[in-house]
Parts: sequence; structure tokens; C-alpha cells
Amino acid sequence: MSAHSTAIGVSSKRGTWGGGNEPLKASYGKLMMWFFLLSDIFTFAAFLISYLSIRLSYPAYEGPLDTFIGSNEYWPVPELVFEAVPFLHGFHAPLVFVGIMTFILISSSVTMVLAVEAGHRNDRNDVVKWMLWTMVGGITFLSCQAWEWNHFIHGTDAGSIMTYINSLSREVTETVFGANLVVNEYGPPAFAQLFFFITGFHGFHVTIGVVLLFLAFYQAAVGVYDRRGHYEMIEKIGLYWHFVDLVWVFVFTLFYLI
Amino acid sequence: MEIQDSKSTLQVIPRNNEKIKKIWKTAGILLAITVAEFIMAFTMERGLLLYALFIILTIWKAKYIMMEFMHLGDEVKPLFYSIIVPLIFLVWLLIALAKEGTDIFMMRW
Repeated sequence: MSAHSTAIGVSSKRGTWGGGNEPLKASYGKLMMWFFLLSDIFTFAAFLISYLSIRLSYPAYEGPLDTFIGSNEYWPVPELVFEAVPFLHGFHAPLVFVGIMTFILISSSVTMVLAVEAGHRNDRNDVVKWMLWTMVGGITFLSCQAWEWNHFIHGTDAGSIMTYINSLSREVTETVFGANLVVNEYGPPAFAQLFFFITGFHGFHVTIGVVLLFLAFYQAAVGVYDRRGHYEMIEKIGLYWHFVDLVWVFVFTLFYLI
Repeated sequence: MEIQDSKSTLQVIPRNNEKIKKIWKTAGILLAITVAEFIMAFTMERGLLLYALFIILTIWKAKYIMMEFMHLGDEVKPLFYSIIVPLIFLVWLLIALAKEGTDIFMMRW
């Protein structure tokens, strides 16, 4: 079929120039979602590469891992910072909680792709079911992140002794607990700043995603897409949701593993 | 205004188990890679080799998410390349800022 060899899906009713054609054979909404995601990739990449750059500008911690203490002289070892798990106070479980969070987000991405697949089949019951599971995954992830932030901000029982310049421009030496934008007990101030900005920006995306998921879930449930004749909205929101998962994969590696 | 019928007029196509199996298989691969990364974080010595492996595995995961979950591989070639090719700029940003970070390190310490 010669019409399909070009990248433009030509409308049989209106021809090439009559409007309503689909450049790149993707609908307007899907195409714009892809270009939006491309711009968002650049935003997140700028964040993550800046993280790498700032990290390289500090010395790495080189002592033995079991005697690690936080200091703003060197960059902390992530597995010794992110080692707490809810309900197990004082229990040393490096990266376990963030591993669970990653698992939850990947799972919600799987249920999303199942919802998209059900949408292709016009199967309303399956779409509603999988959208609901995706939403559960998203909300669980956000709750985990809220706990993690809370723990990061309030800190450990022991804290660390830091010498730093406080908000009144005075140099002080004191025991610091937790983290804020001026000082944190784990490492240089930039460590907590980048943690807040990058995971916060990602969490903001997840929040928007959950809102979009709810809207699509509601519309699917009341039959809006059946009347419209297609389930493309599920596909578009699916693209966004997978992107959120994609970013988390990079955040996980750069922030928690390296 | 007439009350709209909430019953579907669309024909529901039955499940294609082959497709659904493929989705779960991709999910399994993603999970397996994450578990492998997790194990490597505790068993291997920290250094350039480990970091390189982490980054390769992450890009491998990203490939699965974009190709299988986001169906970018099923789009027409021009759309595929218009998403992938601009990412080349990031390679430059990565090299430039990695060098910048190392140079600041040299000046500070």
C-alpha cells in the first residue's frame, strides 16, 4: 500500500491538504504528549547531570563503611543514608525501603500498560480495573515518599557534629539532626538540596499523574470513552505514567546506587 | 437532552493472551535487572566498573520501558528518531558537566 509508505496517515475523505491528517501517523494528542515528554526528559536530565557534576566536585567518602559518620567535608555513601524502614526503628536495612518503592512504581507501570492494552480492546471493565490498580500503586508510592522525606528531614537519633555557616552568617559547630536547605547531618548542604529538588520534582510529577489517572479512571467508568468511540486518552496518560517510571529508574541509579 | 445510554456500543475484543504474556515478561525482565543492581550494590566494590555497570543496566531498563511499555518502537521511524536523536545533546551535557565537576574538585581540594 503506497499511502502507508509515507509517515502521514492521509484521510480518505479530505485528501492530503484538506486537514484532519495525522503527521507521523500519531494523533495530535499523542504526538504532543511525546514532545512534551521529550522536553521533560531534558529538564530531568539537567537535574540529574547537575547532581553528577556537583557530586564529582566533592571528595568521596573513603573510610570503612561501618564507621561512616556524616560530614560536610565529603559526599555521603547513599546506602548508609537511606537505610531506614517504617516500623523498624533503629534497624539497619540499607536501600530496602527504596527498593520497595521502585518495585511499587514498576508494578504500577505494568498495570498501566495492561490498562492501555485493555483500551485497545475497548474492554471497559478491564480498563477500569487496571486503572484502579495503577492509581493504588501511585498513591502507595507517594505515601512511601512522604515517609522517606519525613525521615530524611527529622534525621537519626545520633545526628552528626557539623561546622557550618548558619542562616545568620555565623560559623557554628553543633550536632545537626536531619536535613534542611542550609545544613544536613548526612553530607554537604548540596546533598540535601539536590535530594529535595530532584525527588521532589519527581514526586510532583507522580502527583499530577495520579490526578490524571483518576480523571481517566472516572471517565472510563462512566462510559465517556465508549461514547467517544476510542480509549486513546488511556494511552496518552499511559505515556506520561511510564515516563514517570522511566525517570525514577534513573533517579534510583544516580541517587541511591552510585 | 436525551439520556445517553451507558451501555457500550463498541465491540469488545477478547483478550489476546500472547500480548499480555509479553507484558508480564517485560515486567519480569525489569524486575530482574533491578534485583541484579541491588545485589551488585552490596557485593561489588565501589568504583568506576560498578558505576559503569549501573549506568548500562539503567539504560537497558530505559530501553525496555520506552520500547515495550511506551510502544515507541511501534511508531513510524520519523517519530522514533525525532524523540531519540535530540537525546544526543545530553551526551554533550554529561561530558561537559562531568569535566566541570572534576575541575572544581581539583581547585577546591
